Amino acid sequence: MQAHKTAPGVPEPELPEELEALTPEELAAQWDAEAPDPAGPIANLAACLVVLALGAAGLVMSTGLGLGTPASPKPGMWPFVISLIVTVLSIVQIIVGRHGGQDGEKFTRMSWYAAIGFGTLIVMVLLMPVIGFEIPALLLCFVWMRWLGGERWRSATVYSILIVAAFYAIFIAALGTSIPRLF
Amino acid sequence: MEFFGPVLDGFTVVLDPTNLLYCLLGVVIGMLIGVLPGLGPAATIAILLPLTYGVEPVTAIIMLAGIFYGAQYGGTITSVLLRLPGEASSVVTVFDGYVMAKQGRAGTALGIAAIGSFIGGTVAIIGLTFLAPLVAGFALDFGPPEYTALALLGILLVATISGGSKIKAVIAAAFGLFLATVGRDIFTGAERFTFGNLSLADGIDFVPIAMGLFGVGEILYNLEERHRAASAPLAVSNVWPKRQDLKQASGAIGRGSVLGFFLGILPGGGATISSLASYAMEKKTAKDPSRFGKGAIEGVAGPETANNAAATSSFIPLLTLGIPANATMAIIFGALLIQGVTPGPQLISNDPQLFWGVVNSMYIGNILLLIMSIPLIGVFVRILRIRAAILAPITALITLLGAYTIRNSMFDVMLVVLFGMVGYLMKKFGFEPGPLVLAFVLGSLLESNLRRSLLVLEGDPFGFFTRPISATLLVLFVFVALLPIIRSGIEKRKTRLASAAGAKEKENA
Repeated sequence: MQAHKTAPGVPEPELPEELEALTPEELAAQWDAEAPDPAGPIANLAACLVVLALGAAGLVMSTGLGLGTPASPKPGMWPFVISLIVTVLSIVQIIVGRHGGQDGEKFTRMSWYAAIGFGTLIVMVLLMPVIGFEIPALLLCFVWMRWLGGERWRSATVYSILIVAAFYAIFIAALGTSIPRLF
Repeated sequence: MEFFGPVLDGFTVVLDPTNLLYCLLGVVIGMLIGVLPGLGPAATIAILLPLTYGVEPVTAIIMLAGIFYGAQYGGTITSVLLRLPGEASSVVTVFDGYVMAKQGRAGTALGIAAIGSFIGGTVAIIGLTFLAPLVAGFALDFGPPEYTALALLGILLVATISGGSKIKAVIAAAFGLFLATVGRDIFTGAERFTFGNLSLADGIDFVPIAMGLFGVGEILYNLEERHRAASAPLAVSNVWPKRQDLKQASGAIGRGSVLGFFLGILPGGGATISSLASYAMEKKTAKDPSRFGKGAIEGVAGPETANNAAATSSFIPLLTLGIPANATMAIIFGALLIQGVTPGPQLISNDPQLFWGVVNSMYIGNILLLIMSIPLIGVFVRILRIRAAILAPITALITLLGAYTIRNSMFDVMLVVLFGMVGYLMKKFGFEPGPLVLAFVLGSLLESNLRRSLLVLEGDPFGFFTRPISATLLVLFVFVALLPIIRSGIEKRKTRLASAAGAKEKENA
């Protein structure tokens, strides 16, 4: 997946003819240019430290379960081996990726969209047992279409209502599932 | 006749109206998600796992398989018409497919891709029919050491073949293995990492992990990418290829079928790699390689044939060894386990109806896809006009409500959303979720076989090397593990030699 680095809200410029790179080499180069920047050295370090911490925690907890010997292992042996691999590899990755590799993606302003999306999902999960799925689903559709998707007010409203109605028809009326609902 | 009896019985399973309906449903969904850039087959199959709970195992797998190979057909359409690969396995199709479309030959490109896909798929099903029983028969003698080695090699190959950082992919796989240890230890009954939580005693459920990491993770990730508006697709006319086109493409289709079939069987192989390999092969064997990238029909026919053949043949390791060859197969493996079916060498003899039902459903599925890709192509092209902004909340709602219906539990839904965030962050930080899910489903198999082997080998890890099959597999394992180090060593030497040579030249000059 490649992304243009267009700022949110700015309408996509018409693809100019010069972008019509057609040989495989040109196309690959263009995709490379459009691809998001790799996450970089700081992200690599941060991620590896988290992994290292988890690996170390795994080592401690598995030792607590008892290791035994290879011939008669105790429950902690196998998780210990895995945690050891995680710990060692995270240190290797800290060193190998200290200049930042080609992997991962930098967070951009667009990453807020994913954060907002996650927030609405959490809100929906919290509200569903209380007031049923209809209103949270309607809100989720509307927020995702209007603000995260850039639809117009009218189309976002109309489509949200249609979608929730369709879900009601399928999950409640047709399949008779016990999803918490208001109506 | 002894061999063909169960094979033919499989057709009666397929022709059952329910199974036919689910096959149709699967291939239509597959085709749709193939057409729509964004969700891939692995994400879609994960999201739709709840759908498989209420039906027979064979019906469920027929549908999930249909999604997988259907996506290979659909991915072509966006590659050719929009220059946006719908699936990773259709990336190379862009090179010649889009040029053909610009030349007014979009119909020919799509038509030849559909015919190639059909032939590749069918060849692979026939190959699967004959090869699978052989592999399963061979694997019947496998003991715990062989399974340990096989599972280790499978996980490592899937982790190292994926793009991006290989170390991070192996770390992700190790996390999958660790998550699989949560719950009661099958050997001693001791509880591991449950923190006294009763719902963790039976282990972590596969479905929330798969739905979260693949499904919601992918949805969140796409929210960020969505502003990439699709331009209007090029017009399509005259989908039936001319005889001359068919003649020109026939060699590519033949080579693509064979190449895709064999690459699909290998762990870590699959549709994407075979499409790349096929494109490279066509370019190499062509009389005039300069035609490639300028609308060579072989550049479309070969890769599209190969990716479909590989999608089909990647069922062989899953159904005969119980080792999934890629992330999508790992989810289908999980779906089978949920249904109480353990894929492995015994599957063909113990559950021939399921095995041959799924295999033979692929013939029907491929015929359905051929019909959808040639006469009905206009319908799918129109679907390209649906905006991603409207589809995203629909997929999110399907995931959330679907997750709820599995056990009527809001806790499961919350887990799915949280794993979704984990999946999104993993992607952003360069950890592929695929190896994690694959290692997770293989985790308990690997641990129990490792421990059994060590019992048999009396605790001597080198005992693995005294048995020919496990020794071969482990040597391969070590080779694959060390390959990046060897490679970077060679490259360093090369650059050193080159710079030394450069310095010499300067001195001489």
